[in-house]
Amino acid sequence: MSATPPTRHHVLSVLVENKAGVLSRVAGLFSRRGFNIYSLAVAPTDEDERFSRITIVVDVESAPLEQVVQQLDKLVNVVAISQLAPADAVQRELLIATVEAQPAERSQVIQLVGVFGGEVVDVGSVSLTVTLAGRPEKIDHFEGLLEGYRVVELQRTGRVALPKLDRRPAGDRHTAPELRTIAGTAG
Amino acid sequence: MEPKKTLTGAQALIKSLEMQRVEVMFGLPGGAILPVYDPILDSSIRHILVRHEQGAGHMAEGYAMVTGRPGVAMVTSGPGATNIVTPLSNAYMDSTPLVVISGQVATGSIGTDAFQECDITGVTMGITKHNWLVTQAADIPKVVAAAFHVATTGRPGPVLIDVPKDVANATMEWSWPESVDDLDLPGYHPVTEGDPAEVRRAAELLLAAERPVLYVGGGVLKARAGEALLALAERTGIPVVTTLMARGAFPDSHPQCLGMPGMHGNFTAVTAMQRCDLLVSLGARFDDRVTGKVDTFAPGAKVVHVDIDPAELGKVRTPDVGIAGDCRLVIEELLEALGALGLGSDGNRAAERVDLGPWWDQLRHWQEEFPLFYEVAPDGGPIKPQMVVEALRDLSPTDTIVASGVGQHQMWASQYWRFDHPYTWVNSGGAGTMGFAVPAAIGAKVGRPDRTVWAIDGDGCFQMTAQELATATAERVPVKIAILNNAYLGMVRQWQEMFYGERYSEVYLSPDLPDYVKWAEAMGCVGIRAETSDEVAPAIEKANGIDDRPVVVDFRTDAFEKVFPMVPAGASNDAIVVHPEQEQKSR
Repeated sequence: MSATPPTRHHVLSVLVENKAGVLSRVAGLFSRRGFNIYSLAVAPTDEDERFSRITIVVDVESAPLEQVVQQLDKLVNVVAISQLAPADAVQRELLIATVEAQPAERSQVIQLVGVFGGEVVDVGSVSLTVTLAGRPEKIDHFEGLLEGYRVVELQRTGRVALPKLDRRPAGDRHTAPELRTIAGTAG
Repeated sequence: MEPKKTLTGAQALIKSLEMQRVEVMFGLPGGAILPVYDPILDSSIRHILVRHEQGAGHMAEGYAMVTGRPGVAMVTSGPGATNIVTPLSNAYMDSTPLVVISGQVATGSIGTDAFQECDITGVTMGITKHNWLVTQAADIPKVVAAAFHVATTGRPGPVLIDVPKDVANATMEWSWPESVDDLDLPGYHPVTEGDPAEVRRAAELLLAAERPVLYVGGGVLKARAGEALLALAERTGIPVVTTLMARGAFPDSHPQCLGMPGMHGNFTAVTAMQRCDLLVSLGARFDDRVTGKVDTFAPGAKVVHVDIDPAELGKVRTPDVGIAGDCRLVIEELLEALGALGLGSDGNRAAERVDLGPWWDQLRHWQEEFPLFYEVAPDGGPIKPQMVVEALRDLSPTDTIVASGVGQHQMWASQYWRFDHPYTWVNSGGAGTMGFAVPAAIGAKVGRPDRTVWAIDGDGCFQMTAQELATATAERVPVKIAILNNAYLGMVRQWQEMFYGERYSEVYLSPDLPDYVKWAEAMGCVGIRAETSDEVAPAIEKANGIDDRPVVVDFRTDAFEKVFPMVPAGASNDAIVVHPEQEQKSR
């Protein structure tokens, strides 16, 4: 998860019914059809509790995007699918990491976090836990710089995305109900 | 508006099936589904008690395939439910509408490894069009209505409703959904009509093609598009191939019918597809058994692909024109578009229309050179299985329904029967489920009691599901079973002979273990044996004369007979192997 995803990764924003087993249906479809998921994030949508939004970053080398979309669309619980080309989408991701930093290095790490607009959320005697939310490329860059220190643990959420305003996504399937997505993991 | 009525979930379930005009269901009770079996005693629905749940599933499939109505089966939780997994998978592969109801342990016990608990919605997620675990009795009518809607619309397929025992026992206020809009299916929007611009492009390609072929699949039968197809074929003069799933969608005796393509298709059908310049696929899915090696399939052809499932367009072969829509509606649109382009309903060709004469000359030449062929048995020699199929065909009514299992007998049945009526061929195509024939034939006969129903089965297949003949006897369903008994798992034997250096591994079954005649008699059937060619016709005539009980005929056939032509697995269709006797001509 460290390198910037090349263009073979496409983002699908999938509006699904908020019913038991839906995530399993989506994940099962990907595994049985041999489609690769790069990352996946799920959160309920605001206002209408009937729906959740799954943001899937798909490896389109494993299967043509059109085939992935068409197969997903056959799932009865899938209500709408938006294909988000990187240029047409606002994307965000959250990173959380524990970095070993002896007192002498601590200020360097804190400075780095400050430069990126992240946050130090926990401080121990010899380590720090930091978070950063932002564009995936920014997260990649930050993660790369953290590798200069000893990273004890690192987690990324996978991306969430929405279409840029006043632009129609390239391949919109069905008209999605007017829903605002809660930023489940990153703002 | 009915007055409010309080029912149990179980009563609501049966009443919901009645609302769906279900006339018959196939099943076997057990602990978790017990509450639902009680109201069956008061219902108009005929319940057929099977001997194994797999039988219930295949019977429901056979019923659905010949009637066009969804088949319904009911089983208990755990092993009852897992026993019907194979029929669900089979129906999913062949797009057969099926509604399976399974019992489940009480909601409070789910997840505790309770007795006969199985996560059947999880198990069947990938082999159903959709499935439901009902958690409240009040949801039952809506879920049943949604299940029938999903199973029968768009690309048909199987669905499963899992009903926990406490939900069946709980009470609810009866309320039936008024319309599809009440079904809570916000993500389900099957396509119907084709895009007019694409249809027009398809019509233009049809008129411009020099060597077109109509590649007809099971979707034409599902869409009940046989008449529309006949009109399209006759107006355009284009030859038709019917896949294994589409036998009968276009009459075999029609002069434009080339028969079945694919791994065991006839030479002309296979080669017409290889050499065509336009392939018009109607409700077919470019299955590997039809295409052979995909990158060498129909190399010079432009492709028009019509399918109700948009995901099929471009799944295997990228079409030049892809039309998502119901086959009947799209063919009708296509006929209109052809009319607008000057190809009238009287068959008058548009002035600029290409002459198909040379193409037909070529096709007729292939048909003469490479007809289906087998060597007639010498006097006293073993019975040729193909000859049995021909005799069955010639001695039975033309609208006889033929069911088959999977293997050599299936291919011979498809090759040598003459399918002149739609919905007369019941077989397992995509899944290749051995043992399909006996229960599917029973389901077909339940759905069409007016028709003669013959199962053409293999000895290997027969042994997998034969117990359902006890069901057939008990329920007075007089099906007829022809076992082409070659004492082998014949198709596997054929592959071992041709591709594994005649090393026969675990394929021998014995001709008389079990004794099929005694076994048939033990199940209340008439058992007949035919051991020589001259016994074939009398055995069939005797069987056709019996209409008060099932009949099993044990035909002792030639174990060395192979299915030809054959395209070896993974090879190009150009590498078609014809019968050795025809070999010279093909080179």
